[in-house]
Amino acid sequence: MAEFIRFDRITKFYGPLCVVENLDLGIGKGEFVSLLGPSGSGKTTLLMMLAGFEQPTAGEILLDGTSINAVPTYKRDMGVVFQSYALFPHMSVGDNIAFPLQMRGIGKAGIDERVKRALDMVQLSTLSDRRPSQLSGGQQQRVALARALVFEPRVVLMDEPLGALDKQLREQMQLDIRDLHRRLGLTIVFVTHDQSEALTMSDRVAVFNKGKIEQIGTPRQVYDEPATRFVAEFIGETNLVEGVVETVQGAEATVRLPSGAQIVSAVSGSIASGQSVFLSIRPERVDLSETRSEGRNVLETEVTDSVYQGDHLRVQLHNATHPLIAKLGRRSREFPPGTKVFAAFSAGDCRVIAP
Amino acid sequence: MSAASSRTRRSLLLLAPLLFFLIGFFVWPLFSMMSQSVSDPAVLRLLPRSAEVLADWDRNSPPTIPMQTALMKDLKAVNDDQALGDMVRRLNSARSGFRTLMGKTTSALKETANPPVDLVSIDKRWEKPEFWLAIADALSPYTDRNLLAAVDLGRNAAGDIEHLPPDQSVNGVILMRTFWIAALVTFACVCIGFPYAIIAASLDGWKRDLMLGAVLLPLWTSLLVRTAAWFILLQEQGLINDLLRAIGLIDAPLALIFNRTGVIIAMTHVLLPFMVLPIYSVLITIPKNLMPAAASLGAHPLRAFLRVLLPLSLRGVASGALLVFISAIGYYITPALIGGPSDQMISSIIAFYATGSANWGMAGALGVVLLVATLLLYSVYARLSSDEVGGR
Ligand SMILES: Nc1ncnc2c1ncn2[C@@H]1O[C@H](COP(=O)(O)OP(=O)(O)OP(=O)(O)O)[C@@H](O)[C@H]1O
Ligand SMILES: [Mg+2]
Repeated sequence: MAEFIRFDRITKFYGPLCVVENLDLGIGKGEFVSLLGPSGSGKTTLLMMLAGFEQPTAGEILLDGTSINAVPTYKRDMGVVFQSYALFPHMSVGDNIAFPLQMRGIGKAGIDERVKRALDMVQLSTLSDRRPSQLSGGQQQRVALARALVFEPRVVLMDEPLGALDKQLREQMQLDIRDLHRRLGLTIVFVTHDQSEALTMSDRVAVFNKGKIEQIGTPRQVYDEPATRFVAEFIGETNLVEGVVETVQGAEATVRLPSGAQIVSAVSGSIASGQSVFLSIRPERVDLSETRSEGRNVLETEVTDSVYQGDHLRVQLHNATHPLIAKLGRRSREFPPGTKVFAAFSAGDCRVIAP
Repeated sequence: MSAASSRTRRSLLLLAPLLFFLIGFFVWPLFSMMSQSVSDPAVLRLLPRSAEVLADWDRNSPPTIPMQTALMKDLKAVNDDQALGDMVRRLNSARSGFRTLMGKTTSALKETANPPVDLVSIDKRWEKPEFWLAIADALSPYTDRNLLAAVDLGRNAAGDIEHLPPDQSVNGVILMRTFWIAALVTFACVCIGFPYAIIAASLDGWKRDLMLGAVLLPLWTSLLVRTAAWFILLQEQGLINDLLRAIGLIDAPLALIFNRTGVIIAMTHVLLPFMVLPIYSVLITIPKNLMPAAASLGAHPLRAFLRVLLPLSLRGVASGALLVFISAIGYYITPALIGGPSDQMISSIIAFYATGSANWGMAGALGVVLLVATLLLYSVYARLSSDEVGGR
């Protein structure tokens, strides 16, 4: 995939506060990249710099190989969808969508046709004459989307566009946006702090923390192969267990836990033997049984609590030195507190993370 | 039911001070001013007996004996020459010839040796119903004379409305001047206040407070003090002229005071808060991200302003303009102190009638004209703004 957008050592200060720090990021043409991170980690700031609303303190933003630092927003040709939609309250839905086309000096006939097509695309053809205030949140959101797409921008930027919607509508819109992305081949930069949204929609996810990218990769990579403790904890739920590396062989390492148990685990990054590390074990990858299974990592544990949560059974375990959580399938048998069980997981389902 | 009515009564009781205040300090003065402008009981006071008898008259048959005796008694009883003069003037303006007729009649009535039996014996003209008609009309305690005069109109001998001769029609000129000065001041306030409010609304923290404070400050100082300050600034040896000369922009001092320029400068300064505050209060309700959104959609800042910010803030501009205009047409002190003779506005004419010549009727009538102009403007504004809300 050809690189289309590049953030080249971008730094942004607000007064003395460093919001984005020496950040490098490349985004391919037609790619859907999510910026995921906790509140205040600088996602919006990065997006605002890409849109031209803010200037980077240092560094350069390249679009298609040329620097756009000095290009004003209105010449950048980027469609922005704001969290609060930013529809023009004094214009009808149709006029809102026609606005970017009028700014580009397109003729009346061309505008009418393209507005109609954009409204069809978001299934709002019947509401063209309404004012934004007469629409539901989801409808406003779709108008904002249509307005940002109707002029076929080079890049579409979305800042938590689904934040104000209820869960069902949000999931529907996630699928709609992903579908549009596929159909139109759009390059999309999507800001969210909802990890499941990022995993659902993106080609790649960039995990932000304190103005830096902790990890960037496909949803599968950031979930299954977290590079740092922050990523492991921020995306999904995980068990973090301390231990010391004994040996490293290729992509696998043997780690000794304080309880004495030996765990074989996949490794990402450079790890040396003797180093104290964390093991990240996803709860849904842990199996429980009363017999010790062979060929996998096994921890002897005791059930402290178990909660049925509809789609899964959540079992809290404790072994000699640390707690552990297991999520079991809905059809799993019950584990009453006090039961002694073996918690088993394969080497590929746990990862060594440098602290 | 009774609980609800007692609750209504209780809330009325709570409102009572407000209602009394409104009635005592707003409704009643307004009403009495308006009634001053149309009331003219001068003739009625002098001729009470005739009023009683004339009430039964059919307005076209020749005068009866009781009518004549009543008027004779009334005229004999008059001992206030000034009031009599006023009455004669009023009657003469309704019916020419009354002055000589009255003069002849009163001197005849004074003759005690040989008192006349009736009026017709004094002068044949008393037989004509026209003269009695004029008296009957003048007896009415209401008149439209003041209201007509306020807009330079009057009634001719036949009772038709017509323009007053040019030497008596100054009110129209002054009214037009008042509206023109108010319009200029409003325009100046829009030109300064709109950008000012935009800048203030785009700032935050202490900068915004400072800007709003600077515009509010004049409101906290007395009007007289502010006007006096302009007096000092604008005069020939004043700060502004000295400064302009010092930096070499002008050679001779500009005439900034006792003319239209000075009036407009000072009034604009005084009225600016009434423009800035409504616009500001509308601007801060406009979502901050609309202008960035317009820019991202390809709108040059100027076009974004014209298409987005301007239409959205127009409501504030309209109410600010209305407020400034309405305040400006009532201005008195500033034009009186800083303006020349040809910059006096309608309020100074009202003040002249009220305090200078005690002509409350004219003062009231001019006040009514101002009130009507204001209400007209307001209704236009209300119509416009309700259209806008309805369209939303
Ligand atoms: N205009 C500004 N002036 C000063 N500080 C700012 C400004 N905008 C953002 N910040 C600060 O920059 C930091 C990053 O803000 P940013 O909006 O990029 O966070 P975010 O990752 O988008 O968070 P969220 O998920 O809450 O939207 C925050 O600490 C914020 O307080
Ligand atoms: Mg944000």
